[in-house]
Amino acid sequence: MPQLDFATYVPQIIWLVITFTAMFLVMWKVCVPRIGGALEARQKKVEQNLERAAELKTEAEAAIAAYEKALADARATAHEEIVKVQADLKARQDAEEAKLSAALQARVKEGEGAIDKALKDALASLDAMATEVATAACERLIGEAPDAKAVEKAVTAAAKARSA
Amino acid sequence: MAENHSPLAQFEIKTLVPLKFGELDASFTNSSLLMVATVVVVSAFLILGMRRAALVPGRWQSMAELSYVFIANLLKDTVGSEGRPYFPFIFTVFMFVLFGNLLGMVPYSFTFTSHIVVTFTMAAVIFVGVTAIAIAKHGLHFFSFFMPPGVPLLMAPLLIPIEIISYLSRPISLSVRLFANMLAGHTLLKVFAGFIISLGVFGVAPWLFVVALTGLEIVIAFLQAFVFTILTCLYLNDALHLH
Repeated sequence: MPQLDFATYVPQIIWLVITFTAMFLVMWKVCVPRIGGALEARQKKVEQNLERAAELKTEAEAAIAAYEKALADARATAHEEIVKVQADLKARQDAEEAKLSAALQARVKEGEGAIDKALKDALASLDAMATEVATAACERLIGEAPDAKAVEKAVTAAAKARSA
Repeated sequence: MAENHSPLAQFEIKTLVPLKFGELDASFTNSSLLMVATVVVVSAFLILGMRRAALVPGRWQSMAELSYVFIANLLKDTVGSEGRPYFPFIFTVFMFVLFGNLLGMVPYSFTFTSHIVVTFTMAAVIFVGVTAIAIAKHGLHFFSFFMPPGVPLLMAPLLIPIEIISYLSRPISLSVRLFANMLAGHTLLKVFAGFIISLGVFGVAPWLFVVALTGLEIVIAFLQAFVFTILTCLYLNDALHLH
């Protein structure tokens, strides 16, 4: 069995030590740092990208919030504006109406005054006319002009009796 | 030179370049050649694979990184973060044994891990190194390792010798496991390969068997490198944490 040939042990051990040491040095100084560095760089890059994504997400959320706030503000302003315009219109309408109704009232009063005056005039001229009619009627009936004062007195009494 | 068809002939050490330093025989043999080849192949695999160190790795770079991550995770799972300084050594052990096993699967090459002297030297270095680390870290407290906590004192005379024997047998079990697996696998391959020609037409049966066995041997090459490495990690864990 070649494994038990002790003469081969020394060269095998010597070459094992040489080759293993050489390989250990290559691994230790070259391969492990290189592979480890590449893996670390990748890890870092991935983390950076994740961080950047998170940042972008918060930015986007902030933008959405700002947009919504602007929208709400605009809505509120528009609403205020509408209310103000409506109030303004109502005030103007009320003023116009008041003015118009005042004018109408004045004209109604004026008309009523005129009617009153006409009525008074008519009533005032009624006595004179009645007196005249009575005088004329008496003249036709009795052929002579009655005493103007007596006729007036009688007409006034008759008018009074009527209205009483 | 008469051809040697013994199944063990493949394990013969053949001197390629005789080298002698006084009494010291440092001849360059087929074993040495495969060791050098292992170093060259592993270094080339890792250095050329990482030559661009791209952010998004290609297939080759992925394989180089995968071997690194595999051993890094193995070390982290068995030893924890204290094991990090020993990573280059553990990684070298794994790659050296793995590629030694795999290159041994190449026809007409040589499997240096099938020699007990090679595996035992590695196991002995690991054993001595791990024990030195344990003593450097824990001082005399290290010897409490042989008396597990919570054991009644009455058991000590029985338990301590058992623990010491089990501790001292570590390098033997570590080296014999690897050496015996390689020896048995390659011998079996050679025995069945010998049947192929001698059985004529019926040689198809052992041929198919050899094909299947070759696949199995490649799996074993991985598995034994892994076992060798994980046991080294476990010993290192014992040294750093005792119990």
